[in-house]
Amino acid sequence: MKMERITPLVLDIEGLDIRLPAGGDRELAVHGVSLQLLTGQTLCVVGESGSGKSMVANAIMGLLPRPHVEPVAGRILFEGLDLLQLGEQQLRSLRGCRIGMVFQEPMTALNPVMRIGDQIAEVFDAHVRLSAGEKRQRILAALADVGLPEPELLIDSYPFRLSGGQRQRVMIACALALEPALLICDEPTTALDVTTQAQILKLIRELQQRKGTAVLFITHDFGVVSEIADQVVVMQTGQVVEAGPAAAVLARPQHAYTRKLIAAIPSGQVRARAAARPVDRVLQVQDLRKTYVTGGGIFRKSRRVEAAKGLSFDLRRGETLGLVGESGSGKSTVGRCIVGLAPFDSGRVLFNGHPLQPGAQFRAQSQGRIQMVFQDPYASLNPRHRIGQAIAQGPIAQGLSRQEAMARAVELLQLVGLGPEAADRFPHEFSGGQRQRIGIARALALRPELLVADEPVSALDVSVQAQVLELLNDVRQRLRLAMVFITHDLRVAGEMCDHIAVMQRGQIVEYGETAKVLADPQHAYTRTLVEAQPRLPSLSTSTFVEALAA
Amino acid sequence: MNSRFWRRFCRNKGAVFGLMVLMLVALAAAVGPLVAQHDAWDMAGVPFQPPLAEEGMPLGTDTMGRDILSGIIAGGRVSLLIGVVSTVVSLLIGVGVGAVSGYFGGWVDATLMRFSELFQAVPSFALAIVLVAIFQPSVQSIVAAIAVVSWPPVARLVRSEFLTLRQRDFVAAAQLAGQSTPRIILTQILPNAASPIVVMASLMVATAILLESSLSFMGLGDPNQMTWGYMVGSARTVLRQAWWMAVFPGVAILLTVLALNLVGEGLNDGLNARADGRGK
Repeated sequence: MKMERITPLVLDIEGLDIRLPAGGDRELAVHGVSLQLLTGQTLCVVGESGSGKSMVANAIMGLLPRPHVEPVAGRILFEGLDLLQLGEQQLRSLRGCRIGMVFQEPMTALNPVMRIGDQIAEVFDAHVRLSAGEKRQRILAALADVGLPEPELLIDSYPFRLSGGQRQRVMIACALALEPALLICDEPTTALDVTTQAQILKLIRELQQRKGTAVLFITHDFGVVSEIADQVVVMQTGQVVEAGPAAAVLARPQHAYTRKLIAAIPSGQVRARAAARPVDRVLQVQDLRKTYVTGGGIFRKSRRVEAAKGLSFDLRRGETLGLVGESGSGKSTVGRCIVGLAPFDSGRVLFNGHPLQPGAQFRAQSQGRIQMVFQDPYASLNPRHRIGQAIAQGPIAQGLSRQEAMARAVELLQLVGLGPEAADRFPHEFSGGQRQRIGIARALALRPELLVADEPVSALDVSVQAQVLELLNDVRQRLRLAMVFITHDLRVAGEMCDHIAVMQRGQIVEYGETAKVLADPQHAYTRTLVEAQPRLPSLSTSTFVEALAA
Repeated sequence: MNSRFWRRFCRNKGAVFGLMVLMLVALAAAVGPLVAQHDAWDMAGVPFQPPLAEEGMPLGTDTMGRDILSGIIAGGRVSLLIGVVSTVVSLLIGVGVGAVSGYFGGWVDATLMRFSELFQAVPSFALAIVLVAIFQPSVQSIVAAIAVVSWPPVARLVRSEFLTLRQRDFVAAAQLAGQSTPRIILTQILPNAASPIVVMASLMVATAILLESSLSFMGLGDPNQMTWGYMVGSARTVLRQAWWMAVFPGVAILLTVLALNLVGEGLNDGLNARADGRGK
């Protein structure tokens, strides 16, 4: 940002220490963090989960769960005031008025039983005295500002009518209603689709340029950083390991951790494929249809959602098919139909040439040869079962003896990079990435021929993502698995898949080889998806290699 | 895991007190009859003796000259027995119905829930009285009556737990692994629903004891068993002349039920891992 006038310091954090309660991972959640933010600039705080980046944001807002988590040293100067010295009263007058905040989860950030207009009105009521008419005008203006359609209608509607992206826009309208000097965004796009993410990032950038707000943006994704940041601060286990202008940090990362984070971004580079395609088809899907009917009764019309409208594709041994689309496109439903967790209405699913009947017989007929890796590593493991038991259950159910099954479990744990001692531990002792490895081991325990991976990395940090993807690639090659890879991230799909099927509203709108689809998208929707990907434009491969060599 | 459970349990002072009272009651029920000097039905002394008036009868005698302390010890046995057994029986019914209902959903769920509402629509005490009256008062019929009237809340609790747990991915994974449905219900879902069931069970024992006492008070107790409810019931006509006959068995009921409720709350704290960080 080039500005003629001098840009004053909005936020100046000096040597901030935040103490964790006794018995935590480490003594200080945040140690000696210093950062400066100027008017009209965007500062990105980047790090993996657990790096303490959200703690910094919460400390600024005075939202730390005191007295368990307490700032013990340092200063947070906001326009010259030390926020750590202020009382609750003074903080409250700053919050919403001079400092706005946008949270990660738009679906829970709005009160579901309050009209949109009333929620924004609360910001005004807390800080300024306005007549009802004037207030309504300001709210309408705020809604129009964040690019929401038909503000006159929206102002009186309830949050459930809005999509995730629209809710996030409402949150931003709330945060910016009183034109604060500082806007804190805590991973505002992590829960959103790529296309929505691109729109929200663009919106934040536009508003910032128009109003000159300083933005503190917290993220774990360097792709997002390259889109939005002026300055970057990289945090690892509570400490700042690298800071500087975004372009410089991205082009010439100094610290090993920064390099690791940047290298972990899926590059979207298409994987080289074997020249000859294998002949045996593991999976053929022909004209698959699935309609969900919800609600309905004697007096009400039921709601019908067509999740799959006549889908056809096939998959050969050792190949990966990517199902790509936004949430609600029906891609997860297709995955559940293929493994037999949801019955389909019509069409045929052929597994190794044999048709599988929908309904109860499906899983009996596939004999565990079709397995699934789930999205949420926290919900996919039974918290009461030891890891070894969880992996061995499948083989035992298929008739293997207990000893053999446990031996196989240990073998698989080693295959996915965990030690055999993991077998005796419970899921809560593992991190998200480790749990996902366990989930993969469990899926492999039945020696499947087809693996359906439903967004296996979207709940993980970028650097952990890369490791899990590598593992999936590795086992796929080693065991010659056919894989259906469901994702909303085209970069990941590009790295993992031989073919890509792009889904929109229950239909495949584009289907072909990965390289062709990504390089020359035919359908308008595919083009939107490709353009929405955050990428590192300044970072050509050559400069990156230089940086690594240096 | 276990030590953490105990740490959280012991943080609740009331629960520790409740547990001690409960252990005392259980001890009295277990060894009491061995050390008690009189049979509960024996006319061992002069009627209408106030407490401490006669050697060996610290709580006095009742209208027929029976020792009240011996009666309370014998009654504790019956109360605890009926409370625990009827709770076990109603847990078996309730968990079974709730699990099937929550796991399968659809018309199975609708049918079973309407069936359970049949029982909830009738006042439970009235239904228990009718059942005991029909089947002749005995320990067995009282246990059966209490179990029949108290399983529907368990079924509803278990059903709601199953409805949410059934959607978890680990259940889907078990299905894909080819595990049988009973196995999934028993080994995958039920252990995760155990905490609220345990808490509810401790409260149900308390309600069962109250229900049994009420039945005995009405004269519908097992005629061969001395119970707290019967003692209070038979003393009510002479309440103004001889307060001790009703007060001591009444206090026994009060303390036991209170202790069970306190323990239930302590179990809730102990089994709820999320309460760990919360200061009291």
